[in-house]
Amino acid sequence: MSIQRADIEKLAELARIHVNEDTVTATTLGINRVLELIDQLRAADTTGIAPLANPLDATQRLREDLVSETVDRDALQAAAPAVEAGLYLVPKVVE
Amino acid sequence: MSWETVIGLEVHLQLATRSKLFSGAATAFGAAPNTQACAIDLALPGTLPLLNKAAVEMAIRFGLAVDAEINPVSVFERKNYFYPDLPKGYQTTQLAHPIVGPGHLDIELADGREKRIRIHHAHLEEDAGKSLHEDFHGLSGIDLNRAGTPLIEIVTEPDLRNAEEAVAFAKKLHAIVTALGISDGDMSQGSMRFDVNVSVRRPGEPLGTRTETKNLNSFRFMERAIAKEVARQIGVLEDGGRVLQETRLYDGDTDSARAMRSKEEANDYRYFPCPDLLPVHVAPALIEQLRASQPELPDARRARFVAEHGLSDYDAGQLAADTPTAHYFEAAAKASGDPKLAANWLMGEIAARLNSTETAIAACPVSPAQLGGLLQRILDRTISNAIARQVFDALWNGASDADAVIEAKGLKQVSDSGAIAALVDQVLVANPKQVADYRAAPDDKKAKMFGFFVGQAMKASGGKVNPQQLNALLAARLNG
Repeated sequence: MSIQRADIEKLAELARIHVNEDTVTATTLGINRVLELIDQLRAADTTGIAPLANPLDATQRLREDLVSETVDRDALQAAAPAVEAGLYLVPKVVE
Repeated sequence: MSWETVIGLEVHLQLATRSKLFSGAATAFGAAPNTQACAIDLALPGTLPLLNKAAVEMAIRFGLAVDAEINPVSVFERKNYFYPDLPKGYQTTQLAHPIVGPGHLDIELADGREKRIRIHHAHLEEDAGKSLHEDFHGLSGIDLNRAGTPLIEIVTEPDLRNAEEAVAFAKKLHAIVTALGISDGDMSQGSMRFDVNVSVRRPGEPLGTRTETKNLNSFRFMERAIAKEVARQIGVLEDGGRVLQETRLYDGDTDSARAMRSKEEANDYRYFPCPDLLPVHVAPALIEQLRASQPELPDARRARFVAEHGLSDYDAGQLAADTPTAHYFEAAAKASGDPKLAANWLMGEIAARLNSTETAIAACPVSPAQLGGLLQRILDRTISNAIARQVFDALWNGASDADAVIEAKGLKQVSDSGAIAALVDQVLVANPKQVADYRAAPDDKKAKMFGFFVGQAMKASGGKVNPQQLNALLAARLNG
């Protein structure tokens, strides 16, 4: 399995990562090397083995439904570039 | 040649938990912006999710209510996309292994027939925040209070064939989830939101290209949006065009819709299992414990109202669908001792008042006990139905109980035959011409003319005369 330059460009756009003319070739090669490793893993015989969603042999712990967090909005918003009327401000997004 | 409409629904239901799906922040509606968005909801570095047990149990309750398989192991995945109201850059949701597997819901069609609608699956996921596009100096404002609120997304098979069926399904679903108590079902606050997948085809042909209209938050909007989209697609196809697979937005205020974005690009979410969450194991013992404690659902309640209270199937259906209404009915039926009369009042006078004043039954100013007290006075003939409406009026406006109102206003029904006879005489003497006309009229005309005298006597007594006695005495005098 290998991917092409066009795949990298599309993924980069979806992930909001900037790749330019200089880096796209190297990135394509690098990711293809990772995919070769994955191909080796896929070659292993997994007949009769249930797929694993997580390598830990453990079960998700559950939390009681209690309100345990107190929100210090001012402290949390101190890290934000722009706030107003309690809202985080971001570049305009209208679909 | 005719067209066949094919509809599938995706329903987002906010669960009635106190805290978020993965954090201990509160979920209460209407809090000041970002006062319920904690570090976990904001996806600050180093935070980890911890799954809410109540949300898992509510999802299982839903699954049991629609006869679905509950998957013993379910897995959370990351759905990756960028939008400012999604702080993590991905939504934690379920895809390949949802908690609730295939189930079904039977809806009642307009002609009374039942139709089974298959449910493909239902999964747990978190809600996103809200973007406010009012002008913040050319910026958007983000409120993340809703971010992380637990949802179940319920996905149907494309089994619905018109807007009416879709609405019937949506209403039934609403009745079930509110009866289960897993959601407040308040659509005006976004607790239940519908995405509608619509396509059209010639009968017998393969499925046509579908569009998805998102975030419909009322039954009426859903019905209109479907009708509009079906008409649009038929128009496109009959003009020789092609329906594009796209996401559409419907604006209920203007009854108009537009394409939102090309689905191909946006649809590439690169799902993968969330490394921060382990697979969720549901023990058979938990399923059995929840099954044993499921509340009564509307269909069962309807059957019980027929069997236990002697209501017609129609009335029982009306009262059983909405849980607060059903509870009110049962309390009033008990307090009055006459379920049928309580049902009539609830669906008549009370429903009309609640409607015209836009009041929820839970906030009805007349309690079931007060209504019961009023109905008892009708049943023991202390007051007539007409007077009862006056008493009801007083109760609605804050009077304490029916007996006090009847006493204070002197509304007790006159059932003393001497007094009624005197009243009848008074009416006959005052209307000699009508009496003569009545006596000269052919029998088939008399019934209608008789009503005039009843009306006059009622008017003269302020509506307080016992109607049966009045009718008997009037008939005796006029015909005798």
